[in-house]
Amino acid sequence: MASLKELRARIGSVKSTRKITSAMKMVAAAKLRRAEARAAAARPYADAMRRMLAEVARSVANEGGQPALLTGTGQDKVHLLIPMSSDRGLAGAFNSNINRTTRNLVLKLQAEGKTVKLLPVGRKTHDFLSREFADLIIGHRHLAASKEIPFSAAAELGEQISSLLDKGEFDVCTLVYNQFRNVMTQTPTEMQLIPLALPDNDNTASTDLATYEFEPDEGTLLSSLLPRNLQVQLYATMLETAAGENGARMTAMDNATRNAGKAIDRLTLTYNRTRQTNITNELIEIISGAQAV
Amino acid sequence: MSIKVKIVSPEKVLFAHDADMLVMPGSEGDIAAMPDHAPLMLTLRGGVADVYEGGVVTHRFFVAGGFADIAPTHCTILADRATPVAELSVDAAEERLAGLEKSYEDADKMNVPALDILMNKIQSARAEIDAAQSAIPAMSL
Repeated sequence: MASLKELRARIGSVKSTRKITSAMKMVAAAKLRRAEARAAAARPYADAMRRMLAEVARSVANEGGQPALLTGTGQDKVHLLIPMSSDRGLAGAFNSNINRTTRNLVLKLQAEGKTVKLLPVGRKTHDFLSREFADLIIGHRHLAASKEIPFSAAAELGEQISSLLDKGEFDVCTLVYNQFRNVMTQTPTEMQLIPLALPDNDNTASTDLATYEFEPDEGTLLSSLLPRNLQVQLYATMLETAAGENGARMTAMDNATRNAGKAIDRLTLTYNRTRQTNITNELIEIISGAQAV
Repeated sequence: MSIKVKIVSPEKVLFAHDADMLVMPGSEGDIAAMPDHAPLMLTLRGGVADVYEGGVVTHRFFVAGGFADIAPTHCTILADRATPVAELSVDAAEERLAGLEKSYEDADKMNVPALDILMNKIQSARAEIDAAQSAIPAMSL
């Protein structure tokens, strides 16, 4: 049985842990609010972009020679995977979900005889993947070191992907990220970026209007919309990752705080029992000593 | 009669209001969006978009390229980057222009698409300097 001194030290250390986890929880909650606000602010652009792209793509649907960003290279040999995680840990299963999903996907594609290349975004997934698949990684990026993720971070990544496609480095590009459902739930999701799965435009208002005219022509407009759309999608997932990371951390830290509280209760009980046992023992010794005299 | 004008950048909505007219810098010439304009989608070059209400310019935004979606009842500008003209800085734009001109010098002259992109960026930076300079006297008045 542990001594009283040891127990006191244990209780003290669990108490400091609880303080840290509850502080982290509150920080994550504040950051989550900001991240959600930023994600909401970025949505109008993405929505308008999607509508325009669908409109333009519809009008060029019957023409040949479409950009590779839309249709891919026409092959299915080389897959580029872009797993997106956070830079920091202590967010529950947030990052390990991404890592596990990516790992399974790599193994599945390799079993099908495809070549896989990896471009991890975020320090956590890069660290994990470079242990097992170091030779598949063709580059990596960390999310912004600053608090806010600037659009330029997504723009650079988008340009990198576009230029890789131009060089014929891959045929299919898939993004693995945590979809933000709510504060408690983030679902690891695979999203195919290239070839692009075009959104349905049936339920938007623009279809019942007269047909659009384009300036310059549809083809040119489409080829300048597509890279931008790629960047916008990456930006949206980056913001979603930032919000999800903080949501996951908040939940994880909430659990940790509660567990610490329980551990303290248990330790305190043991401590008091031990103390009482010690007192009883001492009394027995004194009494039996007195009786012996 | 007015149209719903919206100016959005990837990060946020900058301006959303009803207006009489929106004049924007189309890549093939300036275009004004007015009520009942035929549906049109266009690309933008770097330049200033003016919002007109009641015959006067009420808001001016510098847009660094992007897209616009014009419809009879609304007009949406998707700007790569948009700033109210009064907040532009000549120095920052000149610095950017100098950087771009340098990368144009260093660029591979055979890579035509990349040169085009750089040229557009240079044009946009020059337009930004012009817009910023035009804003200064207005502010000192």
